Amino acid sequence: MTNIQLGTIRWGQTFLVRRSAWRAGGRFVRSVALLVAASAVVAAQTPAQPAAPPQQQQPTSVELRLTGDAGSPPRLAVPDLLSLSPDRETQEAAKTIAEVLWNDLHFEREFDLIPRDTYKSIPLAGSIDAVPFDRWRELGADGVLIGTVQKTAAGVRVEMRMYNVRARASAYGREYSGSAANPRVYAHTMADELHDSQRSLRGVARTKLAFSSDRNREPVVNTIEKREVKEIYVSDYDGANQRRITINRALNITPSWSPDGRSIAYTSYRSGLPDILISNIFAGTMETPTKGVGQNFLPVFSPDGTRIAFMSSRDGNSEIYIVDRDGRNLTRLTNNPAIDVTPTWSPNGAQLAFTSERTGSPQIWVVGVDGTGLRRISYESYADRPTWSPPPYNEIAFAARTGPGYDIKILNIGSGETRQITFGEGSNESPAWSPNGRHLAFMSTRAGRSQIFTTDRDGRNVRQLTRDGNNTTPNWSQ
Amino acid sequence: MTRTANVSMVLMVMLAVTIGACNKKTPPVVRPQPPVTGNTTTPPSPPRPPDPITEPMPMPPEPLKDDSLTSNSLDDLNRDSPLKPVFYDLDSSDVNADGQQILQANAAVLKRYPIWQITIEGHCDERGTAEYNLALGERRALAAKTYLVSLGIAADKVRTVSYGKEFPFDAGHEDNAWSKNRRAHFVITAK
Repeated sequence: MTNIQLGTIRWGQTFLVRRSAWRAGGRFVRSVALLVAASAVVAAQTPAQPAAPPQQQQPTSVELRLTGDAGSPPRLAVPDLLSLSPDRETQEAAKTIAEVLWNDLHFEREFDLIPRDTYKSIPLAGSIDAVPFDRWRELGADGVLIGTVQKTAAGVRVEMRMYNVRARASAYGREYSGSAANPRVYAHTMADELHDSQRSLRGVARTKLAFSSDRNREPVVNTIEKREVKEIYVSDYDGANQRRITINRALNITPSWSPDGRSIAYTSYRSGLPDILISNIFAGTMETPTKGVGQNFLPVFSPDGTRIAFMSSRDGNSEIYIVDRDGRNLTRLTNNPAIDVTPTWSPNGAQLAFTSERTGSPQIWVVGVDGTGLRRISYESYADRPTWSPPPYNEIAFAARTGPGYDIKILNIGSGETRQITFGEGSNESPAWSPNGRHLAFMSTRAGRSQIFTTDRDGRNVRQLTRDGNNTTPNWSQ
Repeated sequence: MTRTANVSMVLMVMLAVTIGACNKKTPPVVRPQPPVTGNTTTPPSPPRPPDPITEPMPMPPEPLKDDSLTSNSLDDLNRDSPLKPVFYDLDSSDVNADGQQILQANAAVLKRYPIWQITIEGHCDERGTAEYNLALGERRALAAKTYLVSLGIAADKVRTVSYGKEFPFDAGHEDNAWSKNRRAHFVITAK
């Protein structure tokens, strides 16, 4: 199978600030103890219900966290890492890691990232003694991330440290070693850990996207029509490392990640008729949860990964079903002569939202997994692809017809209010939440063909991730 | 049309009987060959030219068409298909009056070739969402199938499959393209 595993990363908190001032080391050890305590508290009070309003990221241990001026996020600089090995690969890694880390931190908007081209003249430092704090202070940085990359027998060792510019002390450090094949993973890991420890935020730097693409331009066989296959692809959250994971030369669409990120369920026409396949992308094996019964579409894994909701026409009409991943315990959830389609799970697995046209137009409805509590929640001219946000937000994003095309709207289930986050730039469809609920991936035709984009939950920071062929139906891993 | 086919079948049988009677050496295995060679090509061992047989059939090219439908490969058959597509209104899976006429013509063809297996593909234009269109395409194909079955076509000869908006016939982004893409498309899969 494809090599999308993150490689082996061993990391440890490196408290060895050997040549640095002892006070920095002392400060850091204390910070770790406090952070452990803080995360224990967070774990203990994890809410079962996603009713809580979007909370501000409140620092739980102010002293240890980098802070900015009152009311503004800390200003951060991420200069190139210092390459301790003269070879080209290590030198490039030193630059790549800094660039990617800057982007990862910028993506969550928790830090104010100072543009990297404004500090090219500040000399790189390999240790705290060499950090030119006055220069960083002059630049207005509250913190600076300094690191080194060294080639080793096994691959590469990356050490990174966040310095508090005012205190001239190390606030945080990490050391990673592993393969040199994809240095981006070290930046992604550092970014996630920094967001976790400094902002109590679950970052998405190590998450993946899955989507469908016709970029191979391979013709579909067994037809005289001019048709091109679509295969399932995965990429990093930022669009890097796009890789194909299906090779069946048919139509493959609507991928859905399993919660553990090891499997992808999707609609495949491999046999000529639409059915649900599960590809275990590391094991290189496949499962067929519907056991060849009927025509089946649009699988979505339950939040615990044990069940799959999907649409099937097996009983003569498009209805919503749930089945265990191994094919047992098939349950039919809807029973209506109208179209019922496009299920999505609530975060606690107790409800599904789906699209139904039983009132004459496609609208979003919600039903309990036991079939009770059916209710309509959208009042659009046409709404489809509901996707339920993770906690703490309790929202459903969907595509709404707003003119000739579609825009992404977000419905707050608690308040019933709907807001719009795209505004008629092309057609915008198939929203998919990031696992921390702060971003969405979606398909847009704003750049011509169908492409995958990401945006923040407020519609800002739109990024185009794909450019080759048509790319549709994205899904974001946990 | 059916009468024409029946007449030519009768003539074929007559011809075969004649041949069998006059040429004792050939085994009397008279396979009901499809009316491939209904024109004036000479039979393998003709005791007499079949002129009088073909002569009294002043039929327009329709029998020839029948012949090609039987002799052509599936791909050729589908390339110039005798089964015409049915088109739908926006967001609709109702078979309208035009669609009913087309389906009646398609049913007439299918009744002449009852061994054919067909697949009805349901397609949608890009103005619906990708996900909903999978269901809408399904419904369009089923609506066409239901109508065919009501006209006497055996349900087990007709398979349906929805492609949503994944395989448009016209890649354009205006009314003309969209109207072509909202269709039930017929594919002959076995004959």
